[in-house]
Amino acid sequence: MATNAIVTPAFDVERVRQDFPILSEEVYGKPLVYFDSGASAQKPRAVIDAISNVYETEYANVHRGVHYMSQKATDAMEAARETVRAFINARDIREVIFVRGATEGINLVASSWGRQNLLAGDEIILSVLEHHSNIVPWQLIAEQTGAVLKVVPVSDDGALDMNAYADLMSDKTKMVAITHVSNALGTIAPVEEIIRIAHERGVPVLLDGCQAAPHMALDMQALDVDFYVFSGHKIYGPSGIGVLYGKAELLEAMPPYHGGGEMIDVVTFEKTTYADLPFKFEAGTPHISGIIGMGAGIEYINALGLENIAAHEHELLEYGTTKLSEINSLKIIGTAPEKTAILSFVLETVHPHDVGTILDREGIAVRTGHHCAQPIMDRFDIAATIRASIGMYNTRDEIDVLVAGLGRVQEIFGR
Amino acid sequence: MNDGLTDLYQEVILDHSRHPRNFGPSENADRSARGNNPLCGDRVTVFLNLDGDEISDAQFDARGCAISLASASMMTEMIKGKSIEEAKALFEKFYALVTGENGLEAGPDLAELETLSGVKDFPTRIKCATLAWQAMVAALDGTDEDVKTE
Repeated sequence: MATNAIVTPAFDVERVRQDFPILSEEVYGKPLVYFDSGASAQKPRAVIDAISNVYETEYANVHRGVHYMSQKATDAMEAARETVRAFINARDIREVIFVRGATEGINLVASSWGRQNLLAGDEIILSVLEHHSNIVPWQLIAEQTGAVLKVVPVSDDGALDMNAYADLMSDKTKMVAITHVSNALGTIAPVEEIIRIAHERGVPVLLDGCQAAPHMALDMQALDVDFYVFSGHKIYGPSGIGVLYGKAELLEAMPPYHGGGEMIDVVTFEKTTYADLPFKFEAGTPHISGIIGMGAGIEYINALGLENIAAHEHELLEYGTTKLSEINSLKIIGTAPEKTAILSFVLETVHPHDVGTILDREGIAVRTGHHCAQPIMDRFDIAATIRASIGMYNTRDEIDVLVAGLGRVQEIFGR
Repeated sequence: MNDGLTDLYQEVILDHSRHPRNFGPSENADRSARGNNPLCGDRVTVFLNLDGDEISDAQFDARGCAISLASASMMTEMIKGKSIEEAKALFEKFYALVTGENGLEAGPDLAELETLSGVKDFPTRIKCATLAWQAMVAALDGTDEDVKTE
């Protein structure tokens, strides 16, 4: 090896930070320390510029008029669909459905697939880790069809109990809908095994990938998953846009979810025939700038390399876990061996809301509460946690600021 | 450091949150009502005993933050011996205090509740301070439905 080789770090966090304008904002006169990317990630300049560029140079309605701007907007939007397809390694762009977010994606599957396939007594397997968005849509369809929800428990470290999962699987099981990564704890579910066990019985699997997509490479074909959802705003893109991936043969067999323009072939008052995939599930004018902005977010991630991002975040997770563990009276909730960079914790004597308020005055943004995942809070017999969720732009120094902020909490509450 | 935190977390508030008065479920309450904060999962139940028009006893059971526990604890102390009308009027004044709303007079009879005035500088925490009070009013009105923060 040449002795004068220049070593460039795989991931230069200081350079990345310069791409995010909001990170130079101050909060109460202090630098913003943003540890709430699990709720919504901040946006790089590339995404902000892509969105304004749509309105400045390439905006019109899509898949309609014959005019130049309509074609330009359509091309940009469909290029973003291809960007998404490659990002998740789907077989075909027809399998990439644009939705408002993961929540709408799950509602679409629960409603459209569920109405067609669920009968009274059929069972849907969820886990106790689920976000409310992967519980309530299934409850709604269960109420309509008489189907029943079954819940996979977790062990004390927050890992899924896979023996219990295998035991829940029965001839009545018609769907498995489980989170890929827990938003409250960071637990990574053993999705390959979940899918393998379900497919042995011919049961389809939906994965909620909201917390996975920003942190790990996704491969729909290798996973062989049936449905997969994620939201644009958690992968550094805009809010109000997300993706439902579904295997083409499943999507083709499902009835439309919303009716309207763009999802039709021929409409008469007697009968309407529907457009082909993906448009069958995209009624109405889509969130054009959102789709293009989400595509820009993915391209930004691709340029940095998801493996580099994940390695950086994992290093911070380990550093943060060590530092937080040194604090007396602090307990980390969720210590599964496989987890993403989420630090969820409680203090023995101070309620998470009080912690959140004090950290806020230090410029630190954390999420406090039940994280829209009340069942997992009940599982650990707590009402809420403090959650520091780490994104690509966080640093070791910021972990130190968090630890110092927790010192201030103890100072105020130690009087 | 004047960032409002020491105003918000005054010692008397910390004391009430650590040692809440009139705390625990009541078996023989005449009226009770639950309050939920769906945003944070905090819950409070207020138990009242009435002697005619007078609140003869008040208790609460809750899980919540320092602000909500202290507010509930002080409330139960303050409303004992008050008439229904007086208790509701006290809530009006307390509400004006913690929201800092113009046009409403906080009034001098708030006593220890004055220590919660720091809440007005923390808008996201106002609902913590008012949840038990809303449950108290619901109990007095005999509302069956749980109270939720707006």
